[in-house]
Amino acid sequence: MKARALWHTAGVVLLNAAGNYALTLGMRRAPAAVGPVLALLEPAAMVGVGLLVAWLLLRLRLLQMADLSFVLPLTAIGYLLNAVIGAVLLGEHVTAARWTGALFITGGAALTSSTPHETDTGTAGQRESPGGQGGRS
Amino acid sequence: MTKWLLVGVIIACTVTADLIQAHGMRKGGARWKVPVSILFLALSFFAFTQLLRVAELSFAVPVTAASLVLETALARPVLKERVGWRRWGGAALAAIGVALLAL
Repeated sequence: MKARALWHTAGVVLLNAAGNYALTLGMRRAPAAVGPVLALLEPAAMVGVGLLVAWLLLRLRLLQMADLSFVLPLTAIGYLLNAVIGAVLLGEHVTAARWTGALFITGGAALTSSTPHETDTGTAGQRESPGGQGGRS
Repeated sequence: MTKWLLVGVIIACTVTADLIQAHGMRKGGARWKVPVSILFLALSFFAFTQLLRVAELSFAVPVTAASLVLETALARPVLKERVGWRRWGGAALAAIGVALLAL
Protein backbone atom coordinates (compact mmCIF):
# COMPACT_ATOMS: atom_id res chain seq x y z
CA MET A 1 0.00 0.00 0.00
CA LYS A 2 2.81 2.38 0.89
CA ALA A 3 4.63 1.74 -2.40
CA ARG A 4 1.37 2.41 -4.25
CA ALA A 5 0.91 5.64 -2.32
CA LEU A 6 4.47 6.67 -3.13
CA TRP A 7 3.93 6.05 -6.84
CA HIS A 8 0.75 8.08 -6.72
CA THR A 9 2.58 10.84 -4.85
CA ALA A 10 5.25 10.91 -7.53
CA GLY A 11 2.52 11.10 -10.15
CA VAL A 12 0.86 13.99 -8.33
CA VAL A 13 4.10 15.97 -8.12
CA LEU A 14 5.01 15.29 -11.76
CA LEU A 15 1.53 16.07 -13.11
CA ASN A 16 1.54 19.39 -11.26
CA ALA A 17 4.96 20.32 -12.58
CA ALA A 18 4.10 19.24 -16.14
CA GLY A 19 0.80 21.12 -15.99
CA ASN A 20 2.44 24.32 -14.79
CA TYR A 21 5.16 23.95 -17.45
CA ALA A 22 2.66 23.54 -20.29
CA LEU A 23 0.51 26.35 -18.93
CA THR A 24 3.53 28.65 -18.79
CA LEU A 25 4.46 27.80 -22.38
CA GLY A 26 0.91 28.47 -23.54
CA MET A 27 0.53 31.76 -21.71
CA ARG A 28 3.86 32.99 -23.08
CA ARG A 29 3.09 31.93 -26.63
CA ALA A 30 -0.25 33.72 -26.64
CA PRO A 31 0.10 37.01 -28.51
CA ALA A 32 0.10 40.06 -26.29
CA ALA A 33 -2.90 41.43 -28.18
CA VAL A 34 -4.97 38.42 -27.18
CA GLY A 35 -7.03 39.04 -24.09
CA PRO A 36 -6.52 37.22 -20.79
CA VAL A 37 -9.32 34.73 -21.43
CA LEU A 38 -8.53 33.93 -25.07
CA ALA A 39 -4.91 33.33 -24.13
CA LEU A 40 -6.13 30.20 -22.36
CA LEU A 41 -7.18 28.80 -25.75
CA GLU A 42 -3.53 28.52 -26.76
CA PRO A 43 -3.01 24.74 -27.28
CA ALA A 44 -0.18 24.43 -24.76
CA ALA A 45 -2.23 26.32 -22.18
CA MET A 46 -5.17 23.99 -22.75
CA VAL A 47 -2.86 20.99 -22.30
CA GLY A 48 -1.62 22.61 -19.09
CA VAL A 49 -5.14 23.08 -17.77
CA GLY A 50 -5.94 19.46 -18.70
CA LEU A 51 -2.87 18.19 -16.85
CA LEU A 52 -3.77 20.29 -13.80
CA VAL A 53 -7.29 18.81 -13.82
CA ALA A 54 -5.70 15.34 -13.95
CA TRP A 55 -3.42 16.42 -11.09
CA LEU A 56 -6.43 17.39 -8.97
CA LEU A 57 -8.15 14.06 -9.67
CA LEU A 58 -5.04 11.98 -8.94
CA ARG A 59 -4.49 13.98 -5.76
CA LEU A 60 -8.02 13.16 -4.65
CA ARG A 61 -7.34 9.48 -5.31
CA LEU A 62 -4.09 9.69 -3.38
CA LEU A 63 -5.90 11.24 -0.43
CA GLN A 64 -8.25 8.23 -0.47
CA MET A 65 -5.35 5.86 0.10
CA ALA A 66 -2.93 7.87 2.23
CA ASP A 67 -3.01 10.29 5.15
CA LEU A 68 -2.95 13.99 4.40
CA SER A 69 0.02 14.25 6.76
CA PHE A 70 1.85 11.77 4.51
CA VAL A 71 0.84 13.40 1.25
CA LEU A 72 1.38 17.10 1.90
CA PRO A 73 5.01 17.08 3.10
CA LEU A 74 5.98 15.00 0.07
CA THR A 75 4.05 17.07 -2.44
CA ALA A 76 5.66 20.23 -1.02
CA ILE A 77 8.67 19.24 -3.12
CA GLY A 78 6.61 20.60 -6.02
CA TYR A 79 7.58 24.16 -5.06
CA LEU A 80 11.20 23.29 -5.67
CA LEU A 81 10.51 21.17 -8.75
CA ASN A 82 8.74 24.08 -10.44
CA ALA A 83 11.81 26.24 -9.83
CA VAL A 84 13.99 23.50 -11.36
CA ILE A 85 11.71 23.30 -14.41
CA GLY A 86 11.85 27.08 -14.73
CA ALA A 87 15.64 27.00 -14.74
CA VAL A 88 16.22 23.89 -16.86
CA LEU A 89 13.35 23.77 -19.34
CA LEU A 90 12.34 27.41 -19.58
CA GLY A 91 15.82 28.90 -19.35
CA GLU A 92 14.88 31.20 -16.50
CA HIS A 93 17.62 32.91 -14.57
CA VAL A 94 17.07 31.62 -11.06
CA THR A 95 19.13 33.61 -8.60
CA ALA A 96 20.69 32.17 -5.46
CA ALA A 97 18.12 34.10 -3.40
CA ARG A 98 15.30 32.50 -5.37
CA TRP A 99 16.70 28.97 -4.95
CA THR A 100 17.07 29.61 -1.23
CA GLY A 101 13.55 31.02 -1.09
CA ALA A 102 12.12 27.97 -2.85
CA LEU A 103 14.01 25.71 -0.42
CA PHE A 104 12.67 27.60 2.58
CA ILE A 105 9.13 27.43 1.21
CA THR A 106 9.40 23.70 0.55
CA GLY A 107 10.73 23.14 4.07
CA GLY A 108 8.09 25.41 5.56
CA ALA A 109 5.25 23.72 3.71
CA ALA A 110 6.57 20.28 4.65
CA LEU A 111 6.93 21.25 8.32
CA THR A 112 3.47 22.81 8.43
CA SER A 113 1.94 19.80 6.73
CA SER A 114 3.62 17.33 9.06
CA THR A 115 1.72 18.60 12.09
CA PRO A 116 -1.25 16.57 13.37
CA HIS A 117 -4.38 16.91 11.27
CA GLU A 118 -6.88 15.34 13.62
CA THR A 119 -9.84 17.48 14.43
CA ASP A 120 -10.26 17.51 18.18
CA THR A 121 -12.94 19.14 20.18
CA GLY A 122 -11.09 19.20 23.45
CA THR A 123 -8.26 21.30 24.70
CA ALA A 124 -5.48 18.85 23.98
CA GLY A 125 -3.68 18.57 20.68
CA GLN A 126 -3.70 20.90 17.78
CA ARG A 127 -5.99 21.66 14.92
CA GLU A 128 -4.86 22.52 11.50
CA SER A 129 -5.98 25.15 9.06
CA PRO A 130 -6.90 24.02 5.55
CA GLY A 131 -3.57 25.45 4.39
CA GLY A 132 -2.03 23.44 1.64
CA GLN A 133 -0.58 24.64 -1.57
CA GLY A 134 -3.45 26.27 -3.28
CA GLY A 135 -3.72 25.05 -6.77
CA ARG A 136 -0.13 25.52 -7.62
CA SER A 137 1.83 22.76 -6.10
CA MET B 1 4.00 46.14 -10.38
CA THR B 2 1.42 44.06 -12.27
CA LYS B 3 3.27 41.02 -11.06
CA TRP B 4 2.79 41.85 -7.39
CA LEU B 5 -0.79 42.93 -7.96
CA LEU B 6 -1.54 39.52 -9.43
CA VAL B 7 0.29 37.81 -6.57
CA GLY B 8 -1.90 39.80 -4.16
CA VAL B 9 -5.07 38.73 -5.98
CA ILE B 10 -3.96 35.07 -5.98
CA ILE B 11 -3.13 35.09 -2.28
CA ALA B 12 -6.30 36.98 -1.28
CA CYS B 13 -8.56 34.70 -3.33
CA THR B 14 -6.88 31.48 -2.16
CA VAL B 15 -6.99 32.47 1.49
CA THR B 16 -10.61 33.63 1.22
CA ALA B 17 -11.60 30.41 -0.55
CA ASP B 18 -9.90 28.15 2.00
CA LEU B 19 -11.27 30.02 4.99
CA ILE B 20 -14.82 30.17 3.64
CA GLN B 21 -14.69 26.49 2.69
CA ALA B 22 -13.37 25.38 6.07
CA HIS B 23 -15.84 27.65 7.86
CA GLY B 24 -18.72 26.27 5.84
CA MET B 25 -17.77 22.64 6.40
CA ARG B 26 -17.32 23.06 10.15
CA LYS B 27 -19.71 25.73 11.26
CA GLY B 28 -22.57 25.43 8.80
CA GLY B 29 -23.63 27.18 5.64
CA ALA B 30 -21.72 24.77 3.40
CA ARG B 31 -24.47 24.92 0.77
CA TRP B 32 -23.55 28.47 -0.16
CA LYS B 33 -20.06 28.79 1.28
CA VAL B 34 -18.56 25.93 -0.74
CA PRO B 35 -19.78 27.28 -4.12
CA VAL B 36 -18.52 30.75 -3.16
CA SER B 37 -15.15 29.25 -2.21
CA ILE B 38 -14.95 27.50 -5.58
CA LEU B 39 -15.60 30.84 -7.27
CA PHE B 40 -12.69 32.37 -5.37
CA LEU B 41 -10.47 29.41 -6.27
CA ALA B 42 -11.37 29.87 -9.93
CA LEU B 43 -10.47 33.56 -9.65
CA SER B 44 -7.20 32.61 -8.02
CA PHE B 45 -6.36 30.17 -10.82
CA PHE B 46 -7.26 32.73 -13.47
CA ALA B 47 -4.98 35.30 -11.83
CA PHE B 48 -2.26 32.62 -11.71
CA THR B 49 -2.54 32.05 -15.46
CA GLN B 50 -2.11 35.80 -15.98
CA LEU B 51 0.86 35.86 -13.61
CA LEU B 52 2.56 33.30 -15.83
CA ARG B 53 2.39 35.84 -18.67
CA VAL B 54 4.40 38.41 -16.74
CA ALA B 55 6.49 36.40 -14.30
CA GLU B 56 8.79 33.40 -14.34
CA LEU B 57 7.53 29.96 -13.30
CA SER B 58 10.33 29.68 -10.74
CA PHE B 59 8.81 32.75 -9.07
CA ALA B 60 5.10 32.22 -9.69
CA VAL B 61 4.69 28.81 -8.05
CA PRO B 62 6.76 29.30 -4.88
CA VAL B 63 5.32 32.76 -4.21
CA THR B 64 1.82 31.30 -3.89
CA ALA B 65 3.03 29.71 -0.65
CA ALA B 66 2.41 33.10 0.95
CA SER B 67 -1.20 31.95 1.29
CA LEU B 68 0.02 29.36 3.79
CA VAL B 69 1.42 32.13 5.99
CA LEU B 70 -1.76 34.19 5.91
CA GLU B 71 -3.99 31.15 6.47
CA THR B 72 -1.98 30.14 9.50
CA ALA B 73 -2.28 33.66 10.91
CA LEU B 74 -6.04 33.74 10.28
CA ALA B 75 -6.83 30.15 11.33
CA ARG B 76 -6.96 31.15 14.99
CA PRO B 77 -9.24 34.21 14.84
CA VAL B 78 -11.48 33.01 12.01
CA LEU B 79 -11.66 29.24 12.52
CA LYS B 80 -10.80 29.15 16.24
CA GLU B 81 -8.03 26.65 15.56
CA ARG B 82 -5.20 25.87 17.91
CA VAL B 83 -2.00 26.50 16.01
CA GLY B 84 1.07 24.75 17.38
CA TRP B 85 4.69 25.85 17.24
CA ARG B 86 5.55 23.52 14.36
CA ARG B 87 2.86 25.07 12.20
CA TRP B 88 4.04 28.56 13.15
CA GLY B 89 7.61 27.45 12.40
CA GLY B 90 6.57 26.16 8.99
CA ALA B 91 4.73 29.37 8.23
CA ALA B 92 7.76 31.40 9.32
CA LEU B 93 10.04 29.40 6.99
CA ALA B 94 7.60 29.94 4.13
CA ALA B 95 7.46 33.67 4.92
CA ILE B 96 11.25 33.90 4.80
CA GLY B 97 11.19 32.02 1.52
CA VAL B 98 8.67 34.40 -0.01
CA ALA B 99 10.70 37.38 1.21
CA LEU B 100 13.77 35.89 -0.52
CA LEU B 101 11.78 35.57 -3.76
CA ALA B 102 11.12 39.29 -3.61
CA LEU B 103 14.85 40.08 -3.70
